[in-house]
Amino acid sequence: MSTTTPDSFTVTSDRNQQLRDFFLRWEWLLVLLILIVIFAGSQISPYFLNTRNMMRATSDFMEMGLMMLPMVFIIITGNIDLSVASTLAMCASLLGFLHIQGVNIWVAAGAALALGVAAGALNGFLIARVKLPALVVTLGTFAFYRGMAYALLGDQAARGYPPEFTYLGQGTVGAIRLPISAVLFIFFAIIFGLVLHKTTFGRYLYTIGNSEDAARYSGVPVARVKMTIFILSGFMAALAGIIIAARFGSTRPDVANGMELAVITATVLGGINIMGGSGTIIGPILALLLIGLMRFGMGLVNVQGQVQSIAIGLLLIISILLPNVAGQIARRDGQLRRNSVLAGIVLAALFAFFIWFFFWSRMPILS
Amino acid sequence: MNATASGESESRSLFLTLVRFRELSILIFILLLIVAVAIKAPAFLTAENFLIILLNISILVIVALGQMMVIITRGIDLSVSSMVGLVAMMVSFTVVAFPAVSPPLAILLGMFLGAILGSFNGVIITAGKVPPIIATLGTLSIYRGMVFLYSGGTWINSFEMPDSYRALAKAAPLGAPNIILFAVTVALLVFLFLNYTRPGRDIYAVGSNPEAANVAGIPVQRTIFMVYVISGLLSGLAAVLWASRFESAQTNTALGFELQTVAACVVGGVNIFGGSGTVMGVILGAFLLGTIENALILVRISPFWQLAAQGLLILIAVIVDSAIRRRLEQLSGTGETA
Repeated sequence: MSTTTPDSFTVTSDRNQQLRDFFLRWEWLLVLLILIVIFAGSQISPYFLNTRNMMRATSDFMEMGLMMLPMVFIIITGNIDLSVASTLAMCASLLGFLHIQGVNIWVAAGAALALGVAAGALNGFLIARVKLPALVVTLGTFAFYRGMAYALLGDQAARGYPPEFTYLGQGTVGAIRLPISAVLFIFFAIIFGLVLHKTTFGRYLYTIGNSEDAARYSGVPVARVKMTIFILSGFMAALAGIIIAARFGSTRPDVANGMELAVITATVLGGINIMGGSGTIIGPILALLLIGLMRFGMGLVNVQGQVQSIAIGLLLIISILLPNVAGQIARRDGQLRRNSVLAGIVLAALFAFFIWFFFWSRMPILS
Repeated sequence: MNATASGESESRSLFLTLVRFRELSILIFILLLIVAVAIKAPAFLTAENFLIILLNISILVIVALGQMMVIITRGIDLSVSSMVGLVAMMVSFTVVAFPAVSPPLAILLGMFLGAILGSFNGVIITAGKVPPIIATLGTLSIYRGMVFLYSGGTWINSFEMPDSYRALAKAAPLGAPNIILFAVTVALLVFLFLNYTRPGRDIYAVGSNPEAANVAGIPVQRTIFMVYVISGLLSGLAAVLWASRFESAQTNTALGFELQTVAACVVGGVNIFGGSGTVMGVILGAFLLGTIENALILVRISPFWQLAAQGLLILIAVIVDSAIRRRLEQLSGTGETA
């Protein structure tokens, strides 16, 4: 990881190595997958390569994207934030609640952003200062913030937002009808990318992710950095909440239920190591595009949303599994222990039985 | 961990035993909560209410114990909720289509299907070297998608189910409802397994230090594979009980349940970084979650505030637990910081 041995005997081999490293990057695989999906999509449906359709579908993924950017920071430091979707719901619900009370919509939006910052600060405080594990803290606030959304709105939905507000979620820019949420996402993606790759703060994130103790001993303000990234996460979740409220034109407390796992999926598929310490900002953005295109294409041919998740889940696992297995096979030179072959056969038989039973047992009911 | 402090005074070793009894802080928290609620709502401290709480947490205990074994090995199983949903749907379909399938057979079928799903997780994690959180995040959506694929969007209603299947969880031929007896049996077996068998001890060894366990000749990969199979098996058992108790199998059965099982473990003092956790702790953790839910209803907190209060109390429990534990460790001078 760290460049400890700069022993370059010849310049050419070094440059070859650099070239190979560049082209073996995770991001190229994502680009390849995106091209495959675009090709397959254009073959399957004539409506796939329609920019207007595509732009409309884009806005479905921008809230996810806005929350994904700080998630990249958080996972690079080896932490995790399970509370983002709940924070989104709580902030959108506050916006809706204040709107029902007759508060000006922009004041309400400001309050929602402030609440997002406070929510992130509470996470950050418990993680950075009280030193509780991020998984534990954000699991607790996952329930707490979602609960606050229900406490604010109850079983009603807030609606009747003014058109100048819903324009934020439904409006478009330019001849290609780029959604405003996409403009916002691009804007923030550039800022987060610059911070991650061009600033000291960005280097701190990788340092903490590689070894928190080493980071602390080398003078990295670990607690302050952690506090900052969780506040950022809260802020971006609140922004996503405002956008989603504007897009739907209404707010219900169960909005974005389960979205935290979708955000983490995009981040990890983008090549951010879940253990922390490595990854780029480009990877997750490409992964978001890939997921968006796949879901868009499958939606066009009437695949149910939940069944689409099978493809996304498989993609997530295979993307990490394949390089590992390929590496293992290469190292073993095809020599397998008899026990593992036997275990493999037994497992394959079990999985085959499961698949057979899966299709066989549903027939009497569905026919 | 197991270092015996010889030559210490009687009181000091008693104190150390208390420190090692990690469930102490959660027990204190539960007692405080019970006293506070009992003052406000006397109906809380009755045998009937106690039974209601036990009924409500039985399924959680079963799945959370599997989750605990996974967490001890430094993993996590996020797919438990989808395994419960998928197995509940498959077994319910089977029972409705073939009424000859008796309840014990349905239980075995559920555990078998669950174990296969769990072994799929295990293969990806051990042979494929995919980090557990990613592997089970993936199978969380795959298994949930399979519920939709399997059922085609339909569900099984109460009136379609055979009577014997519906009675499975609720009947009480041995005095207490079956579902509670299942949870007690599972807890007992897991306790014996973890404390008195070699593979059970291996789980702790692998979680405390995988490299050392490997050097000591413990089959690390096989142990890790095993805990995911067990987690799937227990989820499969819980699935059949779930379908029987709620008399339905729906596409969203147990949606979001995975985080509840992790919460029960965390509140019960299971170290999220692996290596430690006890059956008693998880039972107390699940009991605390169940008590909170029950208490909020009894003290007539608005249903819309219940989730928020629940989340807040979980947070407080975790903070109080870590504070008490750190204080005790400081006092005892063991210096084992979390």
